Amino acid sequence: MGLKKKLHILKRKYRGSKMAPAFNALHTFLFLPDETTHGGTHIKAADDLKRTMNTVIMAMIPCLIFGMFNAGYQHNLAIGEIQAVTSGFFSSEFWTLNNFFIGFWKILPLVIVSYGVGLGIEFLFAIIKKHEVEEGYLVTGMLVPLIVPVDIPLWMLAVAVAFGVVIGKEVFGGTGMNILNPALTIRAFLFFAYPTWMSGDKVWVEGAVARDNAIAAGQNLDAISGETILGSLAQGKEFAYSTADMFLGFIPGSVGETSTLLILLGGLFLIFSKIGSWRIMLSSVVGALVMGLIFNQVVDAGVITESSKFYGLMSTPFWHHLLIGGFAFGTVFMATDPVTASQTNKGKWVYGFLVGFISILIRVFNPAYPEGVMLAILLMNVFAPTIDHYVVQGNVKKRMKRLKAKVA
Amino acid sequence: MEHLELFLKSIFIDNMVFATFLGMCSYLAVSKKVSTAVGLGAAVIFVLAITVPLNWLLDQYLLQPGALKWLGAEYADYDLSFLSFIMFIATIATMVQLVEIVVEKFSPSLYNSLGIFLPLIAVNCAILGGSLFMQSREIPSIGLAATYGVGSGIGWFLAILAIAAIREKIRYSNVPPALRGLGITFIITGLMAIGFMSFGGMLTGGDDEGAKEEKTAQVKSVEDEKDAELANNIKVNE
Repeated sequence: MGLKKKLHILKRKYRGSKMAPAFNALHTFLFLPDETTHGGTHIKAADDLKRTMNTVIMAMIPCLIFGMFNAGYQHNLAIGEIQAVTSGFFSSEFWTLNNFFIGFWKILPLVIVSYGVGLGIEFLFAIIKKHEVEEGYLVTGMLVPLIVPVDIPLWMLAVAVAFGVVIGKEVFGGTGMNILNPALTIRAFLFFAYPTWMSGDKVWVEGAVARDNAIAAGQNLDAISGETILGSLAQGKEFAYSTADMFLGFIPGSVGETSTLLILLGGLFLIFSKIGSWRIMLSSVVGALVMGLIFNQVVDAGVITESSKFYGLMSTPFWHHLLIGGFAFGTVFMATDPVTASQTNKGKWVYGFLVGFISILIRVFNPAYPEGVMLAILLMNVFAPTIDHYVVQGNVKKRMKRLKAKVA
Repeated sequence: MEHLELFLKSIFIDNMVFATFLGMCSYLAVSKKVSTAVGLGAAVIFVLAITVPLNWLLDQYLLQPGALKWLGAEYADYDLSFLSFIMFIATIATMVQLVEIVVEKFSPSLYNSLGIFLPLIAVNCAILGGSLFMQSREIPSIGLAATYGVGSGIGWFLAILAIAAIREKIRYSNVPPALRGLGITFIITGLMAIGFMSFGGMLTGGDDEGAKEEKTAQVKSVEDEKDAELANNIKVNE
């Protein structure tokens, strides 16, 4: 007897009981549901919530796999096992099984913890509140391992996921009701609760913290470290990565954010499948470029000199801002979240532009938070309903005027 | 430049609601509809913009230690700062009364929807807080005081506008019954404060923290000296 049949029987057995939502969810997630609807009029559409979520996950899979290779690559590079990549995207130093498995065994637990804790809470809430389990966590659960440093302790991740799912989403009534993006709520929680594990030069390379501890315990080893480009720039240090490295993603950073190329592909996939909003992505890129250009102009005009602590980030060529840090990832996968972004088309332009604008602003002016994208998106999530309100009011006014003109 | 810096700082970094959690009562109570929230927010901006500079004058020429110098040399060492609270509140209450009369005259609908909360601005902690912060931060000129008042008012306005829009949006959400109403509003406020934390430490860029560390280090060295003295004394006594 296959799993499908067993689930059928279990479902029938528990129908109407407390545990029913859990079995229903497992069944609909793994297989097509066997029920047909009765009576009433129906709209037949191919995309439901599950398919939407799965499309987004598919767009993220390349980033995840690249992240695994990159975790191993950064580790091996830091301990001096291998040389830096030389021959573009398909360098043989990068795509080795050794790299992959180091990253795989490091990142798989992150994925498991994220899905385990998050879905566990979702199931629990569904059973208590007696509704079906919603698919909303599928994307969040995949985003979370992609936006944390490789070396984050698993228990911290579990605590943060529990916070994000309960306070960020379930108290508002579950999927589709939250005001802040749950994945970013989780990251912000980690960021403010455990800052030492979310920034600095140790957490981005697998094994750096363990190595430090070993040295502290008296073993004779070399310390290893790797800093994100933003971290180096904020402290006015030089970094040794070329523009091609930044674009292809051979740099330290959160698991999924490094490869702008693959994020771009994922973004195009989302746009063509009409899941992600191209308005938000485009306007956010424009916003970031505008802010970057303004800063470049300020530097060129000589207002900010090299002695200023903002000089490093301000003088970065404006288009580099798109390649470094989490900007690309945040814009493509998180600013476009259909629940927390602006709902109106006009509002999306304003929202996206401000996301890009503010994230570069925070990056440059707030050395305490080198990664501005997360906070910019959260801030704009807060103001998205306000933007929508005024867009809708504007439309109402326009129509009233039109109506008056017609009547008169 | 100075004005712009203070203006932006008082809107975003030292936001009345999200950084100091002042003015919560009317913020929570009048944020069910955007239109009323806008009305109240505008009233708060107006009252803050007037009372902060007025209180600055009071503080400068009446209340501070030595403020009465202009009356004559014999008054130079008077210190009336214990009267600050009552003087500030008097100014605020007068101004609020004025606003109430104006609003009632020109916008009766807004007057009705604001209801009791308009006179309650008089005891809104954000308003008194504005004046007291002005005093404790020793804002140097009346122009800057006005900037500070307007900035804090706009910060409060933005906060109540955003939460009103959010509350309109979640009106039909399936919030757990125990959290409906104020409970969920408190949670939203907390989450919004996370968004506003993005500005924390901006402009100063962590310089404050460095200064603080230095201070504690100094205090420590002073304490060390004291310890050494104590130890010496004990030795002598023995």
